[in-house]
Amino acid sequence: MAEKILMKGNEAIGEAAVVAGCRHYFGYPITPQSELIEYMAKRMPQVNGVFLQAESEVAAINMVYGAAGAGARVMTSSSSPGISLKQEGISYIAGAELPCVIVNMARGGPGLGSIQPGQCDYFQATKGGGHGDYNNIVLVPNSVQELVDCTVLAFELADKYRNPVMILGDGALGQMMEPVAFPDKAAEAPAKPWATTGLKGRKEPNVINSLHIQAPDLEKHNYHLQMKYKTIKQNERRWEEYRTEDAELVLVAYGITARVVQSAVDMARAVGLKVGLFRPITAWPFPYEELGRLAKTAKGFMAVELSAGQMVEDVRLSVVGSKPVYFYGRTGGMICTPKEVFGIVKKIMLGEEEK
Amino acid sequence: MTHEIVMAGFGGQGVMLMGQLMTYAGMLENKHVSWIPSYGPEMRGGTANCSVIISDEPVGAPIVSEPTTVVAMNLPSLDKFEAALQAGGNLIINSSLIERSSKRSDVNVLLVPSNDIANELGNAKVANMVVLGTIIAATKAVSQESVLKAFAKMFAKKPELLAINEQAIKRGAALVNGK
Repeated sequence: MAEKILMKGNEAIGEAAVVAGCRHYFGYPITPQSELIEYMAKRMPQVNGVFLQAESEVAAINMVYGAAGAGARVMTSSSSPGISLKQEGISYIAGAELPCVIVNMARGGPGLGSIQPGQCDYFQATKGGGHGDYNNIVLVPNSVQELVDCTVLAFELADKYRNPVMILGDGALGQMMEPVAFPDKAAEAPAKPWATTGLKGRKEPNVINSLHIQAPDLEKHNYHLQMKYKTIKQNERRWEEYRTEDAELVLVAYGITARVVQSAVDMARAVGLKVGLFRPITAWPFPYEELGRLAKTAKGFMAVELSAGQMVEDVRLSVVGSKPVYFYGRTGGMICTPKEVFGIVKKIMLGEEEK
Repeated sequence: MTHEIVMAGFGGQGVMLMGQLMTYAGMLENKHVSWIPSYGPEMRGGTANCSVIISDEPVGAPIVSEPTTVVAMNLPSLDKFEAALQAGGNLIINSSLIERSSKRSDVNVLLVPSNDIANELGNAKVANMVVLGTIIAATKAVSQESVLKAFAKMFAKKPELLAINEQAIKRGAALVNGK
């Protein structure tokens, strides 16, 4: 680890990608992630990489498809409306089992929405997004340092499982500056004998494809994908707990909201209320079992999100009806304050809040 | 100790830079720090503000809603953030551009004629550095030395700027510390 430097979240992702060996970046600008594409425009030529501002998000994701097929460590980034445009390509990449990293610094929606921070793309990120039975690995960091760590991890996981990995951040994480340290390097990319880099003496060419025109073939492929997803679910759940040991009310939040909620937990603890925070770091696979385990000791749960209620469904699936699950959210680009969340916590613990 | 500072003004007054320098200085002192700007469609010619947190503890929510110090570089900023300031906090008002003082009696009001002082120094652009000097003297969140180190790092390619900015910071600090 080198000396700490002060950096914006968006730029830190770019540098982390370079550290991770990413030498191909394709994107199209959109607020609030434009500092990332700007950073890559400057940085990629310095490391003999390819930076290309595509004519659209659709073009960018298909360039990612091509570069990934040729075995490159490749990344694209955007914000909510731009990520919607990329969904067809992401589905193809998932179907063709190619590794790539997609960054969504999300903003308020639906539609063009606002340019302020949002977490209303959770369903899109974790439940598919494009068509077909597939899953992206979805990382949800909560600080500039964790953006860096998750970016490096994203490239490693993408290669390990030949699967798209999404970093789901938000406008606030992208815009904020915090001290950050970069690792010297990431794990080397594994050999990619499947990549389309020429026959090199082989008889059979490698084919990158997401079309299986015979139904039995496609079903077999889907079975294979599901087996892979099962392995990912077993191996890659990540989360963090804060003051949950004796918590009667467990708040569940990720990303920037987890920071707000952590402050609210401290406010509640200061007046003797037993409150804790469970923070998923992987939104897919969601740490169902680990959160569910807390239902043995906690009396209730509350999801806090910058959405109208999306991750709360995964919280309910974790608790499977054993304890009440509350929800509090802000939308449109508005961010809740610690005091606001603390107010809701007090209401719930005094038994005044509706489920 | 946690300093939660809101710095606000109109675009071009250098509030973002003030915040970044303080944040950088805090980092150099191994404190926990965060900086986050307001951003939106109103940026150009409108008001801009940033939240700075400098703390001995890890930083939770980076967006400051109840500041311990408010810096108002223009009247709309004073109108917007005066009420949010915690009792006993510092209210730093750019009195070169803001004609009224504070309506509150429970806060520490500091009037800084920053543009006038900057003009006296012969460089209108350093008004924000005058205010920065006042902020660090009033809050003691970071040392003047660390801010100057941060400045030298951030402007490593323009070392000739350091002297005038150092002068401005010292003038701003003198308003608190006496001359």
